[in-house]
Amino acid sequence: MPFIPNTDAERIEMLKTIGVESVEELFSDIPAHLRVQNLDLPDGVSEMEALAALDALAERNAQTTKMDWFVGAGAYNSYIPSLVPALASRGEFLTAYTPYQPEVSQGTLQAIFEYQSMAAKLLGMPVVNASHYDGATALAEAVLMAWKAKEGRNKILLPADLHPEYAKVVATYLTSFDIELARYEGDPERASLDERTAAIVVAYPGFSGEVYPVEKAAARAHAAGALCIVQADPVMCAIFKSPGEQGADIVTAEGQSLGNPLNFGGPYLGMLGTTEALIRRMPGRIAGETKDKEGRRGFVLTLSTREQHIRREKAVSNICSNQGLSMLQTCIYLAALGKQGLRQVAKQSYDKAHYAAELIGRIPGFRVATKQFFREFLVQTPKPAADIARALAKKGIAPGLVVSRYFPDRPNELLVCVTEMNSRPQIERLAVALKEASK
Amino acid sequence: MRNEPLVYELSRPGRIGCTLPRSDVPEYSLPEGLIRTELDLPELDELTVVRHFTRLSQKNFSIDTEFYPLGSCTMKYNPKANEAAAAHPGWKNLHPLAEPEHAQGALELLWRLQEALQEIGGFAAASLQPAAGAHGEFSGVLMIHAALKDRGELNRRKMLIPDSAHGTNPASCTMAGFVTQTIPSGPDGNIDMAALRAALDDTVAGIMITNPNTLGLFETNIEEICRLVHKAGGYVYGDGANMNALTGVFKPGSSGIDVMHFNLHKTFSTPHGGGGPGAGMIAANEALAPYLPGPVAVRRGESYRLEMPAKSIGQVKAFYGNFGVLVRAYTYILMTGGNGLRRVAENAVLNANYLKALVEGVYPVPYKRHCMHEFVAKGTIVPGIHTLDIAKRLIDYGFHPPTIYFPLIVQEALMIEPTETESKETLDQYADAMLKIAKEASEQPELLHDAPHNAPVARLDEVMAARCPILCYRG
Amino acid sequence: MAIDKNARYLESHEYARPEGGNFVIGISDHAQAELGDVVFVELPAVGKTIAKGATFGTIESVKAASDLYMPVSGTVIEVNEAVKNDPALVNKDCFGAGWLIKVAPSNPAEFDTLLDASAYGKAIGEE
Repeated sequence: MPFIPNTDAERIEMLKTIGVESVEELFSDIPAHLRVQNLDLPDGVSEMEALAALDALAERNAQTTKMDWFVGAGAYNSYIPSLVPALASRGEFLTAYTPYQPEVSQGTLQAIFEYQSMAAKLLGMPVVNASHYDGATALAEAVLMAWKAKEGRNKILLPADLHPEYAKVVATYLTSFDIELARYEGDPERASLDERTAAIVVAYPGFSGEVYPVEKAAARAHAAGALCIVQADPVMCAIFKSPGEQGADIVTAEGQSLGNPLNFGGPYLGMLGTTEALIRRMPGRIAGETKDKEGRRGFVLTLSTREQHIRREKAVSNICSNQGLSMLQTCIYLAALGKQGLRQVAKQSYDKAHYAAELIGRIPGFRVATKQFFREFLVQTPKPAADIARALAKKGIAPGLVVSRYFPDRPNELLVCVTEMNSRPQIERLAVALKEASK
Repeated sequence: MRNEPLVYELSRPGRIGCTLPRSDVPEYSLPEGLIRTELDLPELDELTVVRHFTRLSQKNFSIDTEFYPLGSCTMKYNPKANEAAAAHPGWKNLHPLAEPEHAQGALELLWRLQEALQEIGGFAAASLQPAAGAHGEFSGVLMIHAALKDRGELNRRKMLIPDSAHGTNPASCTMAGFVTQTIPSGPDGNIDMAALRAALDDTVAGIMITNPNTLGLFETNIEEICRLVHKAGGYVYGDGANMNALTGVFKPGSSGIDVMHFNLHKTFSTPHGGGGPGAGMIAANEALAPYLPGPVAVRRGESYRLEMPAKSIGQVKAFYGNFGVLVRAYTYILMTGGNGLRRVAENAVLNANYLKALVEGVYPVPYKRHCMHEFVAKGTIVPGIHTLDIAKRLIDYGFHPPTIYFPLIVQEALMIEPTETESKETLDQYADAMLKIAKEASEQPELLHDAPHNAPVARLDEVMAARCPILCYRG
Repeated sequence: MAIDKNARYLESHEYARPEGGNFVIGISDHAQAELGDVVFVELPAVGKTIAKGATFGTIESVKAASDLYMPVSGTVIEVNEAVKNDPALVNKDCFGAGWLIKVAPSNPAEFDTLLDASAYGKAIGEE
């Protein structure tokens, strides 16, 4: 069923108007020997059959709501209020395109402006763009942005404790450029900067969950003539000092846990914000406020001359789409939860994570390795974490990320994440099960 | 329509739009020195949030409400069945780091979608990781870079790009470390073969080609172009933005294209969402397949796993791609089927040629050929009238304007792509409006200059927005 | 189209006009008309030395962005701060208040190789 309304009779009329005998004639520019007659694919089926097939596949996946789920590591089991998908799925939002004709896209444009405003306040930066593909690509673009801003400097400091997939994506983006990526351990305040350093990236928090303050690291960077890029957890920013107020020049974040479902890794939301000084170097779409001829307030895409459709090979980035609908979901989420709600989400996650850490820390053989954390912390296990996770899966518990999945030389570590979705009984069950599994 | 206030203007202290359960654990104090004291987010009750965003949505044109013939964007109907499929909690609540044995449904979907797109494109392998077309382009150009590096030929730094190309093409080249050289188009609207031959030397890495091109015309010399570029030692990148003209009729891989991206949010009906998220599958022939970004899904016996291609350029984003979008594309392919995909291309091309026939008497079309799924006309119908004026006046007739001022090689361009999901009567109404506007252009031009008159806002001051950017609420 | 007879021009529409041993540099009336309303100008720092033909900045309108090329080699001695704050000056008075930079030339003879007012007039008349 390809959703084609025209009937054979209508097609005949249309062919007559065009002045050809058959549709085949319209393809005459394609060399005959290159044309195919059919594809080696099954014939189309009805909606009913297609949905049955899709649902059968969907049923074979684990669902966070059907287990006690304690895995984070870049994607978070957060609560999504019902109004978020209800509003975002409205056809006028869902099936609109990029707002190139602003007069008929004020819904999308105002939503972008509202998202930019709330995200800017959350991250503590004066300006935030309309989004990147995800947190990892936002960080990669931020690194390129900083490198281009600091002519003559080609070294970027990356924390060792950065999400390994983020580090990989940054490396991919830098493939063709003469940029040295140097990893530093521990507190960014003690990282070694020199006159070749264009920027230091601070992970706030790190992959292990460790939270280091940004302020002094940013000051040191500036003193050395470098920029400070902070890759942040946006929910954490509701109750911890924002990167912006601590002196960050560029802030990136993954916005998934602000109203976007897990969806096996995407679509997510890359957040990127910067200072006034760096606005024109910032990639991505951005909406701005203006007036129409009658003096009414309206919104348009602006500063477009940075972008590919105008600057082409000299564009700041090749990025064309933003993550429109994902951004809208985050916008609605932030508006609905608001100042108090987001603080509650953050504080509950923080409290539940610390409660879990307390219980786990008391189990013989287990040690919480992260000193200061938000909602995620590293645990050293007495037996290989993979074995423990397998045992707990049978009880319907996913105790955390088995770190050896990314770091094979670290078999006895578990990255445990606790959000507002985990109840006290779940946390206590986790502790009991971990103790059982370690025997 | 009245102005809709901003969320900050609707905010009232103490309100909240969603409540959580009360905390059931002890409270812990936050680290001193890192406590945030001010959080300037709005405070709204749920009904206000619902009304606000509902009213905002009503200010948009969309496929669900208006004909939206944006050239090169393929604004076809986004099936509601896609949404139903994607809403299953087995997708929404699946964490990317679930153990592979607990994500077999997802991995199988990835694999089946890879296979289907490989078949549609005529390629040996595919990766679904790129999140958008431009992201796919970047990946593909990086793959060419990697292949050249393996051959020890990084002196090949030049990528050839037709002058009709979309801006993302040269921008992607820059991000991959290439320089670009423009190849002009000839009077027939195709790449100028003499200019191409003259440009080919041992500093050329390859060519990026869109077929059909952005004029809506099939590059009849595609095989020769590929042959020449290969002979000169370069690779051919295919920009698949216009694949809607070709599904089931022509496989780009068979003409010699080495690596290509598809825009799943164009050809494969996933919703545009006001600017994303899309998905940009990238596919390659045997030679370049090992370089694909990963991980990709593979089938091992009865089960599915994720693996990195042997010489992968690496990851271009975290995790595996815009999976939620991929679910929709797969649903569409199941419903449409191999037989249906052919009908998609046939009807897309038929609709475009029909619409062209209705308007080309008044709106000059520079190329006297059958078009494919889209065509480019010029808005220079009356002195003093610009394409912009025609576009804005179409809004008053209840249509979203076509793409304007692109491609750059046609002055005052209007790029019109109806897609196969539009009915004959919609096309008739649209043509009728365009012809009425042409008449207004000579008789009452101020109707066009001051358009739109019937939209939520009148023409907006984009100069002021760029000179004094206000990018954030400053309450 | 106004063409300052005291200035000489690059084909890319930048002009240089001698002023006491130095040169005032900007873009021509033709260029500003083509660009449309100028929204932003990026200019180099004072003290920077740039060769003839190299870029010294960019000028943007809503729909286009152009690199600015040096008509003569020299060191930047002054930058028009007024234009940075009010880019519309370039549209209103490109030869006067809308000047962009002043340079101390390293090779003043380069001026003579530029198009004079009449040659430039022909060049844009033919376009």
